[in-house]
Parts: sequence; C-alpha cells; structure tokens
Amino acid sequence: MNAVTTFLTQDGGFWVLTLVKIALLLFIVLTVNAYLTWFERKVVALMQSRVGPHRVGPHGLLQPAADGLKFLFKEDVMPGGVDKFVYLLAPFLALTLALASLAVIPFGPKPLPPPFTFFGHQIDLWITNPEIGLLVLFSITALGVYGVALAGWASNSKYPLLGGLRSSAQMVSYELSMTMSVVGVLLMANSFSLTKIISLQDSSKWGLLSWNIFTFHGGFPQVVGFLCFFISAIAETNRVPFDLPEAESELVAGFHTEYSSFKFAMFFIAEYTSMITVSSLCAILFFGGWNSPFPATWTFTHFIPSLILIPFGLWVIFDGVKYETIFGKVILPGLGAAIAGVGTLLLAGLWIAPLHEISEYIQGPFWLLSKIFFFLFFYVWARGTLPRFRYDQLMNIGWKLLLPVSIANVIITAGCVLLWGHS
Amino acid sequence: MSAPLLVFFLLAALAVVGALSLILQKHPIHSALSLIVVMVSLAGLYLLMGAEFVAAVQIIVYGGAIMVLFVFVIMLLNASAEEHTDFSKLAKFGGLPLALALTGLLAAAMIRNGGAVPNSSTPDALASTTDISIMLFSTFVYPFELTSFLILVAIMGALVLAQREKKT
Repeated sequence: MNAVTTFLTQDGGFWVLTLVKIALLLFIVLTVNAYLTWFERKVVALMQSRVGPHRVGPHGLLQPAADGLKFLFKEDVMPGGVDKFVYLLAPFLALTLALASLAVIPFGPKPLPPPFTFFGHQIDLWITNPEIGLLVLFSITALGVYGVALAGWASNSKYPLLGGLRSSAQMVSYELSMTMSVVGVLLMANSFSLTKIISLQDSSKWGLLSWNIFTFHGGFPQVVGFLCFFISAIAETNRVPFDLPEAESELVAGFHTEYSSFKFAMFFIAEYTSMITVSSLCAILFFGGWNSPFPATWTFTHFIPSLILIPFGLWVIFDGVKYETIFGKVILPGLGAAIAGVGTLLLAGLWIAPLHEISEYIQGPFWLLSKIFFFLFFYVWARGTLPRFRYDQLMNIGWKLLLPVSIANVIITAGCVLLWGHS
Repeated sequence: MSAPLLVFFLLAALAVVGALSLILQKHPIHSALSLIVVMVSLAGLYLLMGAEFVAAVQIIVYGGAIMVLFVFVIMLLNASAEEHTDFSKLAKFGGLPLALALTGLLAAAMIRNGGAVPNSSTPDALASTTDISIMLFSTFVYPFELTSFLILVAIMGALVLAQREKKT
C-alpha cells in the first residue's frame, strides 16, 4: 500500500470532507484574490500620493465586486483566425494549475480539536500533505509555463506571440534558479514534505533564530537562498519588475492582449493566486511557516493576535458609522464587531480553560497568514517602486547572477550540513 | 473494480489516446500538447505504483522542461500544419504493418510470461527519494557521473554552435 492507493481507498466521509475543504479554500482564496487587487491599488495609490479606488462602497471596498461583475458581463470576443481549442485551453490551464498548487500548502500545525471531527476523520488545515509536497509545487510551476506560452501562440497575433515567447524564455530561465535556491532548505530539512520543513524550524526555544533564514542549527542561514528564491519567484509569476511578458509600452498587454471578459479574468486570478502560493512558500521554507517569531516561554506574545484584532475591529466599527449607506451603517460595524469579538474571545481564552485550546490553536494559522500577508505587501511594494528590467538585463540576472549564486549557496549549505548537520 | 484499478485504466486510456492523438494531429503544437498529456498520465501511473519522486520528476523534466522547449521551438519557427509528401504516404503503408508486428511481438512476450508482466525485482526500494539518491550515488555512481559529462559535452557543443563568429 503506497500513499496514493491508501488515498484512493478512503471511505466516503474522507471524500466529502476533502471536497468541502477544497470548496472552502477556493472560496477564501478567490475572495482574497479579489481584495488583493483592491489592496494593491490602494497601496500603490498611497505610494503615488493618490486616493485609489474610493467610489464603490466605503474606501472602495466594493470595487472588486464591481470589477468581477464587469468581467462577467463584458462581451466575450473570439478573435478571427485563432486556434480555438488551444485559445480556450490556455486560460483554463493557467487558472487550474495556479489553484491546484494551493492544495499542498499546510495552513496550520494541528487538526481541529476533538469535538470537531467529520465522521471520525480529523480535520487538518490542509487539503493534502504529500511526502513530496515541494516537488508537487515545482511540477505545477513547470506546467504553468504552458498557460502563458499557449495563450501567446493561439491568439494568432504578433504582440501576444512575442509576449508568449518572452514569457516562456523568462519562466524557463528563472525556474532553474528558483529550484536551486530551495535545495539548501531541502538539505537542512532532509525532506520534501512541507510540514516536516516547518516543524524542523520549531521556534519554541529560540524564537525566530530557529527559522531557516537565520538558523545555524544543522546548516547555514539561508539568506542568500531566500533572496534568490524570492527574486526568481517574482520573475516566475511575471510581476513587476519582471513583467516583460506584458510590458504594456512595448507589447500592448503581452500574451493576454487578445483575451477579453472572463478569459482575461482567469489569467488575472491565476497571477494573483500564484502570488499567494509564492508568498506562502517564502513563509514556509524560510520564515518558519506557522511558528511564532517568539520563544514559547514569552507567553505574553500570545496576546498579539488579540491586540491586533480588537483595535482593528473597533476602528472598523468607528469608521463604518460615519457612512450613510447601508453598507457602511450595517455591514462595516457588524464586521468590526465580529473582528473585535474574535479578538476578545482569544484574549479570554488565555484564562478560561475551554477557550484556551482555541486560543492556542489560532496562533499557528495567525503567524503563517501574517507572514503571507507581509510577502504579498512586498509584491505590491515592488510594483509601486521598481522600474521594469530590460530584456537583456532580465536574462543576465537570471543566468549570470541568480543561478551561480544559488549553486554556491547549495555547495556552502551542503558543506555545513556535512560538518554539523543531522547524522 | 477497486478504485486504484479504475484510476489505472483511466490513466492508461488517457496515455494511449494522447499517444494516438500525437501521431494523428496535423499541427505540431497539437502534437506537442498530446505528448504532454502522455507524459502527465505516465506520471500518474508512476504515482499509482508509489514512485512519488519519479512521478514528480517525470512532470518537472519531461512535462515541464523538455516539452516547453519543444513548444518554444515550434512557436519560434512558426511551424504550420504538416504537409504530406510522397514519402509520408509511404510511411502510412509501411508503418501500419510494422506497428502491428510490434504489438504482436509484445503480446507474444506477455503470453509467454503467463499473461502478466513480471514485477521489477526492487518494487519498493525505488519509492522514496532517499533510496533513489543512495542508489544513484553508490551502485550507479559511474553511469550517473558519465551521463552528466555527456550532458556537459552537449551543452558545450550548443555553446560552440551558438557562438557568434569573431570579427576579424
């Protein structure tokens, strides 16, 4: 019995549970995607001394919904002379692969506490946790090139073809340094499993010093590895400053020039989803995943989620009542009350025994999500501040800088693991 | 029928259909896409056998790297639908009997073995990543290193060919 046959012979409860988890994750991720566009526009606007979206709903909070509706109701143009099958396959491939990669990302250390089980199955905070988690992610990334390349080719148009060619060259080049840069982490963890990589960075004793990026325990600090990984990952997701496949001043919109309406939205969602995947990978591989940055003996750090949630909830209530629309008057204060309520509950959980478990439980996902949020912010930050690279610069960085540096990182880490690593 | 067997037949059918479509498609890109389908369903079959590492590498190397290069070259050359020459018609008449002969040969070999393909001698040894790497760096270390030299030679050859001629 290997892992896959065990998986295939599970009973009905397991399948229902998994489907529910998939649906829930898709719902959450797609909502986060929508609000990521809002967040990006707001942050870039702040950086450029503008207001950003503010017309649709308070603070422009309904802008993503308006955008989504617009995508759905726009005319779905099929340009003449396209290869129909491949033209339709490309956005589908891009979106499916981007969403599929989320299946192997673990969001929390423990399954839900005992009363919450599903027909005898414990509810883990991941959809699946294969031994080869990281390899699964890399194989999905490897296939992800096709979405962009085929879109460019099938459009039967010059700009998309150039964008598609550029993009496949870029993604193939940066895939090398991306894969090389995590080898250091793999050597230290001795496993491809994402949960094992995280649990080896257990911070209960030394706090954030036991994260892969800082630790000397059984290896070498992966600072260089992280930098190489993050830079190549930004290039791999075609984001600024590596967004040459869609350089609008040269290529109109690159590979998705000929895509309209929801097919364009599919590329868009795929891009934002892979941003989320990359951010979670950065957090998991280098920044300790769900481990808190503080040692376990610093019990006061357990207050941090509440200390963030309660003031934020109160601010949302305070801000919401200023508006005259239903959305502001009812929904925002309601949302704020809910956030502050969760915060208070967690705070109470530090003293009241039954709630204590929940409070403990929320710590892991809280830290992981904060780290993911930080890297998403970094993406937006880079977009707001960096100019685009020239194509030859892009290729030089990939092949002559990142690849040699990440190989050097592998050699140094391998030496350190050999010297004082695991036996 | 048990679930693993059902998945096996699904993947096997997908691989065969992909392979047929690879030959029958007129356009090179469609053929390349069919080949990707074959690669991915083969990876699924490896997974079913418990060879997780091999499955992932199958997708990363064959499905990803090599096929992307194929697609890339087809796009760069802007190859259009294939044309039939007299020689390709010859292949149609010559190829079919040859394919049938090969199928017959394989079937005969299988029947001689009592209708089953013999199991490999190391069924579980190759499953985990650790076992594969230990085998690769102990038992098969010389073939492994020689292969990497072969690849190095190929890379150098490509570099020499791609190098711009020096201005005199």
